[in-house]
Amino acid sequence: MSLPAHVKTANRKPVYAFVGNPNCGKSTLFNALTGLKQKVGNYPGVTVERKIGTAYSQHGQPMTVIDLPGAYSLAARSPDEAVTRDVLLGRRTDTEMPDRIVCIVDASNLERNLYLVHQILDLGRPIILVVNMMDLAIKAGLEIRVDQLEHQLGIPVIAAQAARGQGVIELKLAMSRQDLPLPRHRWDIPAEISSAVSEIQASLQNFDQKPPLIARAESLLLLTDQDPLRVSGSQPISPQTSKILQNWKTTWQKAGTDWAGTLVAARYDAIGKLTADSVRQVDTFVAQNTSDRIDAITTHGFWGWTVLGALMTALFLSIFTLAEYPMGLIEATVVALSDTVKGAMPPGDLRDLITDGAIAGVGGVVIFLPQILILFFFIGLLESTGYMARAAFIMDRLMGKVGLNGKSFIPLLSSYACAIPGIMATRTIEDPKDRLVTILVAPFMSCSARLPVYLLMIAALVPNGEVPLLTKVGLMLLMYALGTFGAFGFAWLFKRTLLKGDPPLMIMELPPYRMPKIKDVTLHMIERAGLFLKRAGTIILAISIVLWALTAYPKAGEDATAAEQIAQSYAGQAGKLIEPAIKPLGFNWEIGIGLISSFAAREVFVSSMSVVFNVEEDEEDTAPLREALQNSRWPDGRPLFTPLVCLTLMIFYVFAMQCISTVAIVKRETNSWKWPLFQIGYQTGFAWLLCLAVFQIGSALGY
Amino acid sequence: MAESISLSALTVGASAVVKSFPINGTAFIRLREMGLLPGTRITLMRAAPMGDPLEIKVRGYNLTLRKTETDHITVEPLQEK
Repeated sequence: MSLPAHVKTANRKPVYAFVGNPNCGKSTLFNALTGLKQKVGNYPGVTVERKIGTAYSQHGQPMTVIDLPGAYSLAARSPDEAVTRDVLLGRRTDTEMPDRIVCIVDASNLERNLYLVHQILDLGRPIILVVNMMDLAIKAGLEIRVDQLEHQLGIPVIAAQAARGQGVIELKLAMSRQDLPLPRHRWDIPAEISSAVSEIQASLQNFDQKPPLIARAESLLLLTDQDPLRVSGSQPISPQTSKILQNWKTTWQKAGTDWAGTLVAARYDAIGKLTADSVRQVDTFVAQNTSDRIDAITTHGFWGWTVLGALMTALFLSIFTLAEYPMGLIEATVVALSDTVKGAMPPGDLRDLITDGAIAGVGGVVIFLPQILILFFFIGLLESTGYMARAAFIMDRLMGKVGLNGKSFIPLLSSYACAIPGIMATRTIEDPKDRLVTILVAPFMSCSARLPVYLLMIAALVPNGEVPLLTKVGLMLLMYALGTFGAFGFAWLFKRTLLKGDPPLMIMELPPYRMPKIKDVTLHMIERAGLFLKRAGTIILAISIVLWALTAYPKAGEDATAAEQIAQSYAGQAGKLIEPAIKPLGFNWEIGIGLISSFAAREVFVSSMSVVFNVEEDEEDTAPLREALQNSRWPDGRPLFTPLVCLTLMIFYVFAMQCISTVAIVKRETNSWKWPLFQIGYQTGFAWLLCLAVFQIGSALGY
Repeated sequence: MAESISLSALTVGASAVVKSFPINGTAFIRLREMGLLPGTRITLMRAAPMGDPLEIKVRGYNLTLRKTETDHITVEPLQEK
């Protein structure tokens, strides 16, 4: 008998897939094997991270390695799992079907980990099994006989401890083998469902042109896929097959057959037989493990909140203190760069385009990079230690009140510093609807770019700028509270209307605590930041140039001041154009310019106001600008920045969607323009309505 | 022989054997796939500070689930030794 075509790899680069449950140490092993030779991107059409790397065999031959997203089962419940399933089944046209599979399992809970392996064994492809985290198994008093597993499965089984680099060489040697054996895998499909499986298999072979083994594996999967989750990029099954499947399901439902349960139980029976010989509880008395002891504190009714509070305080303190220095450095670099260009080029539009458009615009966003990096690092740290799951566990009840689950907590919290890492962190939320709702409301959280605006407005409240500390703090807290309530309110609304779905589940593993691998966390942080710079950077550059052009053209004439120039520029015209819309909120066209320019980043409002009111911008001292604001008048002589207007403007900044980088990231994370546009519409619309109410009621009350 | 009770009613720290499970519902299929089957031994580790979700130990790992699910899972408590 000759081997099937995909097994012969002598003449081409073999393609390996790394598969395993979440938290099994898969990525550590992948990083160890491929080093920095990785390509990280997205699977087209879905926001699931796609990691492909190159490893070298013992003989120096390159091998392609695909690090598939962590999955508990091939019966997918999240886009991540759907991608894993589809790649393994060769359903995706954008990714080569792997010809060999490396399954990684966590030795300390072998049975559950083997469930996925058992499904993969059905595929009939050469498999290498890596039993990782052997140290944890020993600590749990388990003895795992790798030779027994090898003997029973007929495939190479490698004991490993990837975090310490153990087993990596052995895996590499196994991967270098030309003659990787096919697994010995016999298990009896339960009688109640076996005829259905054969019928669906036949249909998949005939109508969907699937090879026999894949067809069998798929037919088994279709029975446990309750709501077959289809993701973009995967081929749907033929109508004939789905009809047969539906007929069987109807029959079973009538007869009261628990088809899916039977199938799962049969797999666990088979796994039980496998582990009966290979796993032994050698130490029957196992003390409460370290993780349980830590959990007794971190999920405690009092200490749990204390730990969470302390961690979050540490996060925000480090963002605002540690980031300060590199932010100053970036700012200085931007200024220096801009000065160099100014010195090297003759004055003119091109020079201004480069300095005031490109450099200033991109610089204004890049300045947030240190904060973003710290956030990514911190989120990565929380993820890799296992604390993230605990935070989700204790926050679940609160988040549940608005229809979300605990996993939305960290993304929303991160958004207080910057919505971008927050939105990118929503990938851990399995349910696509919950994830979308979290993305939609995340920008309500007052990010650090709003701070300069709040501070300026608070300073402009009273003539001498000496706002009592209590008022200052109170107003700041009010802004944060407004954003938070807005986020939760809209989450509640969306979960009931637009994105109505089942109540989210909280079926989540609490992985054992681990020492974080700083290398992996750093790598992850750099990847994320790189993605942000690449995707948002191009859009930011384009928008910055457009915004610059709007303020620079048409020309006012040679000796016009900057204020005169901006007043008659397109931006000024646009400000005047939108004045009728913002006048009911108490804003004039000059503020309108600020609102428009805030699309680059909210804190640009401050510099726009400096230009508009012709004040030399000074970071250290906002007093001149404050005075200019206080002296500004409507044409009829009424003061422009009354306390009420300042407050209304702050509220507008809480709710309106004004950040182009966020728009770019939402576009990327939702894969369409629909949601970012919706977000701009609903957030800004709501901001307008709320400000209208505040200003009109306030005016009526005589403020 | 102990009475069957719902998993939500189990006392913290107690162990039990899963008796029955609803057939349908994505949650329950997934719980089965995660190794929670009739006949599986579990230990209720704790409830979250606000009473929900619950955390159980099953097949050597810790799993959280909400009361909306545990209400429908019946278990038979094991006698303390």
